[in-house]
Amino acid sequence: MEALKQELKENIIEQLNLEDMSVEDISDDEILFGGGLALDSIDALELIVMLDKNYGIKLTDPKEGRSIFESINTMATYIQEHRSK
Amino acid sequence: MNTKYNISSFCHIKNNQVSLNGSVIFSEQHSNFSDFIKAAYKAQNTKYPKFFKMDHLSKLAFIAADVLLKEQNIDIEKENNMALVFSNKASSLDTDLMHQKAIQHKDNYFPSPAVFVYTLPNICLGEISIKYKLYSENSFFIFEYFNAAHLFTYTNSLLETDKATSALCGWVELEGDNYEAFLYLVSKEGNTEHNKQNIKTLYNT
Repeated sequence: MEALKQELKENIIEQLNLEDMSVEDISDDEILFGGGLALDSIDALELIVMLDKNYGIKLTDPKEGRSIFESINTMATYIQEHRSK
Repeated sequence: MNTKYNISSFCHIKNNQVSLNGSVIFSEQHSNFSDFIKAAYKAQNTKYPKFFKMDHLSKLAFIAADVLLKEQNIDIEKENNMALVFSNKASSLDTDLMHQKAIQHKDNYFPSPAVFVYTLPNICLGEISIKYKLYSENSFFIFEYFNAAHLFTYTNSLLETDKATSALCGWVELEGDNYEAFLYLVSKEGNTEHNKQNIKTLYNT
């Protein structure tokens, strides 16, 4: 689980072009949207694509994203339970 | 309708250099556009993390505009009635190709929303407008070459009909690692008369 969280942080920084951030700057329970990362709606769509591409998870209802993308903890838990790759 | 307008300042970005009113303000050798424009951004000391999310064309336009508008000390808390009149040849082709690569193969079909939103050239005008809170007229024209005559006529029309009180105009061209930005500011300020010949002369500076 810890390795997955680390991987998620690295991918988020790279995929969302968070140039001035490092893995250490994102805590496991930090609110991803509406918090210090300043993520927007396009970032949310990028995360949906990332779930599909990296973990084979297709979100059919974008509203699901709200709870899944709450923090690194919630993302990692959801991925572990639903991943197909 | 005979109000005289002037070019108050101009900026070039090309060949690993950023210049303002003909003087080089940043120069650093980089083998690719991505590294160069990032270095130019850092040198500008503009704290704007959204810069890193922009496509290359928007980054080029954003830095050129930032150089000019910073010099003007624009108060972004007030409404600025400044029009944007931009042009280029390659449109958003650089980003279009990136998007096309992501949808090339049926079994590896993962278009990036963050790339797709930049598959229009005028998005760069939006980025500048957001940063500087411009709610004014904006247009992006595609030409085979730098068309001073069209920029002059269109800008004068906007100013003379009170659609704007000033205009940021020019050319932002980018394709791969080939890039060139030339932006200039037209208003009642400044000493260089706004006419076709002067636009051409400054472009070739």
